[in-house]
Amino acid sequence: MRKTITGLLAGVGLMWACGTSAQAQELTIFWAEWDPANYLQELVNEYEAQTGVKVTVETTPWADFQTKAFTEFNSKGSAYDMVVGDSQWIGAASESGHYVDLTDFFNKHKLTEVMAPATVKYYSEYPSNSGKYWSIPAEGDAVGWSYRKDWFEDPKEMQAFKAKYGYDLAPPKTWAEMRDIAEFFHRPDEKRYGIAIYTDNSYDGLVMGVENAIFSYGGELGDYQSYKVDGIVNSEKNVKALEMYRELYGFTPPGWAKTFFVENNQAITENLAAMSMNYFAFFPALVNEASNPNAKVTGFFANPAGPNGDQFAALGGQGISVVSYSDNQEEAMKFLEWFIKDETQKRWAELGGYTASAKVLESPEFQNATPYNKAFYETMFKVKDFWATPEYAELLIQMNQRIYPFVTAGQGTAKDALDALAADWNATFAKYGRNK
Amino acid sequence: MATAVMTSLDTKSPAASRGMSDIRIRNLFIIPTILFLIVFNIFPLIYSLGYSFTDFRASSNAPANFVGLRNYRELLNDPFIWANFAITAKYVIISVSGQVIVGFGTAMLLNRDIPLKGLLTTLLLLPMMLSMAVVGLFWKLLYDPSFGIINYALGLGSFEWLSNPDMALYAVAITDIWMWSPFVMLLSLAGLSAVPKHLYEAAAIDRAGPFYTFFRITLPLVAPILMIAIIFRTMEAFKTFDLAYILTSQPTTEVISIRLYKMAFQEWQTGRSCALAYIVLIMVLAITNIYVKYLNKVKER
Repeated sequence: MRKTITGLLAGVGLMWACGTSAQAQELTIFWAEWDPANYLQELVNEYEAQTGVKVTVETTPWADFQTKAFTEFNSKGSAYDMVVGDSQWIGAASESGHYVDLTDFFNKHKLTEVMAPATVKYYSEYPSNSGKYWSIPAEGDAVGWSYRKDWFEDPKEMQAFKAKYGYDLAPPKTWAEMRDIAEFFHRPDEKRYGIAIYTDNSYDGLVMGVENAIFSYGGELGDYQSYKVDGIVNSEKNVKALEMYRELYGFTPPGWAKTFFVENNQAITENLAAMSMNYFAFFPALVNEASNPNAKVTGFFANPAGPNGDQFAALGGQGISVVSYSDNQEEAMKFLEWFIKDETQKRWAELGGYTASAKVLESPEFQNATPYNKAFYETMFKVKDFWATPEYAELLIQMNQRIYPFVTAGQGTAKDALDALAADWNATFAKYGRNK
Repeated sequence: MATAVMTSLDTKSPAASRGMSDIRIRNLFIIPTILFLIVFNIFPLIYSLGYSFTDFRASSNAPANFVGLRNYRELLNDPFIWANFAITAKYVIISVSGQVIVGFGTAMLLNRDIPLKGLLTTLLLLPMMLSMAVVGLFWKLLYDPSFGIINYALGLGSFEWLSNPDMALYAVAITDIWMWSPFVMLLSLAGLSAVPKHLYEAAAIDRAGPFYTFFRITLPLVAPILMIAIIFRTMEAFKTFDLAYILTSQPTTEVISIRLYKMAFQEWQTGRSCALAYIVLIMVLAITNIYVKYLNKVKER
């Protein structure tokens, strides 16, 4: 009997010993399920080869990425050591103590100079201009546009366009030109349509799409420091921008009312639309002939300017943060030290990841690597983002509720929708005591 | 009393030989189930009732503050929540009545001597054996305006089933009807086969017309079991989430459970979503009660 117990104890002890030693050599990064996550896995395999620490990139579909991550945070779970979290989470995650404060790390490595300024501002710093940093810019991303070069460069089309609109058919420089081109190519009888835009209202698809118009029209969503929204989110500029977005919806393929990045790439691969809005992160699939039969004739352009010459784009992308409940924080910090090295960032870009490293972005090597890298480089210096306050999810749902019926069904007016949104946001900020 | 109903343990059984009594065996089977129910159903139910009176947010470390009836008051004053309830009611009515008509109709057709009846019934039951998410995903393809087979078969061109806000709810209901009519059919079939043949013979002798026979003999006798099917389907339709969530994201299809999900797991308003869950629970209980009262009345007849 005694022998059995001793044996059992020894077995348990051995398992425990193996368990902990294995744990120290392993790190788990949580991200959404998309191509960049696969590129990151390839990158971290090289870290394993160098250090022996096994790093796994665990993914989940975008639709429940937020839910799954916060469920884990809220239960103070240690399943993930690091998370590549969305930029708007940073308020909620930092105020609730889910993320480790990386301010010292940031200052030690002078990351404010190493990374592109917009990425530091939106992925890392919270509250804005506080000098407190919670994540390392990992995947820079913004919205750009792809278009069908063969349609645009067809001499017959060019002639007809010039005759109708009085200027040359070329990738649009302004939203007004984009509207004309969308109208011109919108031919439902030929099963060809003008434009593909984001309309999915279940997370931030539609809002990002509309932001592209609002920011380029010179509008803002509010004052992110004083929480003032009256006269800002419902400004004349924003009304005009929202009306433009609604007009563009009229030139989309049929059934375009719940569309996000997958559908918008399909619009190009399936010969549906002349132009398509999408994150740069999804453009690698468009230049790959295996996934896009039109790869050779697909071109790219940056988000066009508004009527006053302002030109901005909605920010996507994520920073990498260390989870406070992780048992391997020290190991995670070591990993981050490796991740921010210039050569790692360069390799990251080579693998298909969108580095936020200013040095790599500026290099001609990066800019000439793909047909869209130059547009990406230009865009990353003029991006803006949604609210990052802890209650951003409520703000997002309210915005979806107010603008979706107008954009997709023409219910009410743009002014009414934005006025109602301003009232909703004021009420939400009042509830959390923000606009004192 | 309960022991009197129970059959006694066979004295030669292995359980009896180990000295187990009837009551002991009964407890052995029932107590784990009751414990399970308490831990996973009753306890969270009561716990969430407590949360519904607070401003608790699971996403933050801030302590929950007691706010009285504020959550309930604000929810019941929110026009969006009322719109969600109206959508849910409309959906329940369309979907359940559709299922009853199609399901009962199919049962009537099957309730006769036809070749391959068993095989036919089994095939008709297939939709209900599929996963909701799978049904949602492939109906999304069927409804697609560009390549969907429904528009092709009906010659509707590029009719927008899911992105037309007026049509989307019907599209979801049609999918639900397709999936769950077999359930109503199965129960109706059981009810129909229990109607004594001699009643029809007597009706035939009295030269009663088919409508008279249906409304005076078939329907009253099948009614109790049909009511049970309706109760189940109403409760399920009231809670619909997956189908509507997967098929479309129109505000006109945002049934109450989708709103509840967003409030609880996207906005992390835990306290308020508990209050909403209680409002939904009370409504489902009330509706079920009305049905059960009616069911008892039908049975008495």
